[in-house]
Amino acid sequence: MGDTKYPVWVIAEQILGEIPPVSLEITGQARILAERLGVEVEAILLGNGIEDQVDLLFSAGADVVHLGSAPEFTNYQCEIFTESIVARARDRNPQIILIGSTFMGRELAPLIAAKLGTGLTAHCIDLVLDDNGVLEQQIPAYGGLMSIVCPEKRPQIATVARGVFPMPNLDEDRSGSVLPVEPPQGIKIRVQTLEVVHTEPEGVPLETAPIVVAGGAGAGSLEGWLEIQELADTLKAAFGSTRPAVDEGWTDLETMIGQSGKMVNPDLYIGVGLSGEQQHMVGITGAKVMIAINNDPKAPVFEQVDYGIVEDCRIFIPALVERIMKLKSHAGRTAHVV
Amino acid sequence: MLSIVVCVKAVPEPKAAEDLKIDPVTKAIPRHDIPLEINPLDRNALEAALHFKEQAGASITVISMGPPPAGDIVKECLALGSDEGILLSDPAFAGADALATAYTLAKAIEKLGEVDLVLCGRASSDGATEWVGPELSVFLDFPVVTMVREFIQFNGSSWQVKADIENGYRLVQVELPAIFTVTQDLNSPRTLSFSGIIQSRKKEITTWGLKDLALPANTVGLAGSPTIVSKLEYVESKRECEIIEGSLDEKLDQMIGKLVEAGAV
Ligand SMILES: Cc1cc2nc3c(=O)[nH]c(=O)nc-3n(C[C@H](O)[C@H](O)[C@H](O)COP(=O)(O)OP(=O)(O)OC[C@H]3O[C@@H](n4cnc5c(N)ncnc54)[C@H](O)[C@@H]3O)c2cc1C
Repeated sequence: MGDTKYPVWVIAEQILGEIPPVSLEITGQARILAERLGVEVEAILLGNGIEDQVDLLFSAGADVVHLGSAPEFTNYQCEIFTESIVARARDRNPQIILIGSTFMGRELAPLIAAKLGTGLTAHCIDLVLDDNGVLEQQIPAYGGLMSIVCPEKRPQIATVARGVFPMPNLDEDRSGSVLPVEPPQGIKIRVQTLEVVHTEPEGVPLETAPIVVAGGAGAGSLEGWLEIQELADTLKAAFGSTRPAVDEGWTDLETMIGQSGKMVNPDLYIGVGLSGEQQHMVGITGAKVMIAINNDPKAPVFEQVDYGIVEDCRIFIPALVERIMKLKSHAGRTAHVV
Repeated sequence: MLSIVVCVKAVPEPKAAEDLKIDPVTKAIPRHDIPLEINPLDRNALEAALHFKEQAGASITVISMGPPPAGDIVKECLALGSDEGILLSDPAFAGADALATAYTLAKAIEKLGEVDLVLCGRASSDGATEWVGPELSVFLDFPVVTMVREFIQFNGSSWQVKADIENGYRLVQVELPAIFTVTQDLNSPRTLSFSGIIQSRKKEITTWGLKDLALPANTVGLAGSPTIVSKLEYVESKRECEIIEGSLDEKLDQMIGKLVEAGAV
């Protein structure tokens, strides 16, 4: 099937010296694709003093790791990273490159694709090989599932968010070879990252939360929005959003769930005042139980959840919060008596 | 004086975009005329350019690639305060993916001559790829910073900007000419004013096609796009929904019941 010579590549990432889950997840998926194609998985990892992270990539499925470990690679530097990756890609001719939809990945992917003169698909929700070994890059569109292919140009490049593919079983007995990557010499540096500031994220992290409460445009106003947020706080749930809520400025992009946002896998998802547009819903397919609250009985979200409540959220949510508070204080009192 | 190009895209109005759904029975996408608007994040890019113009003087050229109706969007940018408006429109440009779009825009920007700054929205609301700005930077050989949320300092030949990353930001120094893609946190875009509309009435937009850019047809549009749509399938929902009926109180009771079942309270 298909091209049995050239490797499947993964652009791995390190944040403060550690490989984030998405890099391992896409390495696992690269392994699945590579085995079907009968080729190797190669990962490229750039950082400083990160030799200890290489084994993790092998155990997730890489056969070769191109390792750049040098002070020049400490922080993501656009031109240095692009040049190093493109030069090595020209050398190895990968047929597929998978990149995490992180902030770095979302800047690097188009730079690599344009330099290599090839196609790139954003925020894929699945990657499968067709009968000819061509990568079908699936994204939600028009209420359906669209497959995008890059039939002629190579490599075929796709970005993938954290949580789209499962974390692979890490096989600590796996190993492979390490090929060093030197920082590029004599390139023009016009963009320089002077400082990287990481702040402690607030609240419960979405990606690992057992309960997610998500709000949408139906909140109607900041006031309505804060009521939904209060429900999340009361349930100690992570708080998610849809794109219109971000556009309204009620919340940050970091809280957006869906194709171009985050993927969540909670035990319980509660969607409030959102229509159930597919680009949002693909972010929650892994949820165990889903409940939606919407005042329109015809809202498409009711076709995609387990329980639906047709109510105005401005009435239902504050009333629900009150009930939960009562229940909690009651439970608190009984516990005290006992 | 800075010469600034702002790339804008005409996108379907959100309400109209919702109607563009594949039909579960016919598997086709209904065709109708869709009302267009300026891509929301491109408004932030334009606002930044207008701000520079007001602060230090700048010339602003808006470029949009799209079908002829996208000309209205370019006109709206003139009414908002842009100096020039260019519509890249040609049947040959149709069906362009991000790479072909960026290539065509790059050729148009080159034709303009000296440019100091190119501003784009972080992403478009209909495609949401975020690719055009960075790909443009490759074709123009300009440095790029994506997700800019604050312009901090300009020293005549370079900008210091703050750009978003996971839970934080990076402080970046960039030499001009450069490309920035901007987020909605950058500013609050202005709305059309009556005087702006009056003043822009006399302004004409320029339309460039394939010939004006002197490009071979196989480098633009669908022919110049490495990616194509291979199929579009309807997906069935995997869940069976139970609608909880009753009075408000009964619904609250049932909801609490579900929360207890799920171990949430
Ligand atoms: C390429 C692409 C990528 C995208 N990526 C994402 C993504 O990652 N994440 C994302 O979320 N979106 C994404 N979108 C946008 C997505 O298509 C939808 O526009 C969005 O999810 C809709 O959000 P919403 O449900 O909040 O708003 P709407 O669709 O406007 O729905 C609002 C809902 O609220 C209900 N409502 C109104 N008032 C009340 C009330 N008082 N009480 C209860 N209910 C009420 C209404 O009945 C309606 O169903 C993307 C779009 C594109 C084209």
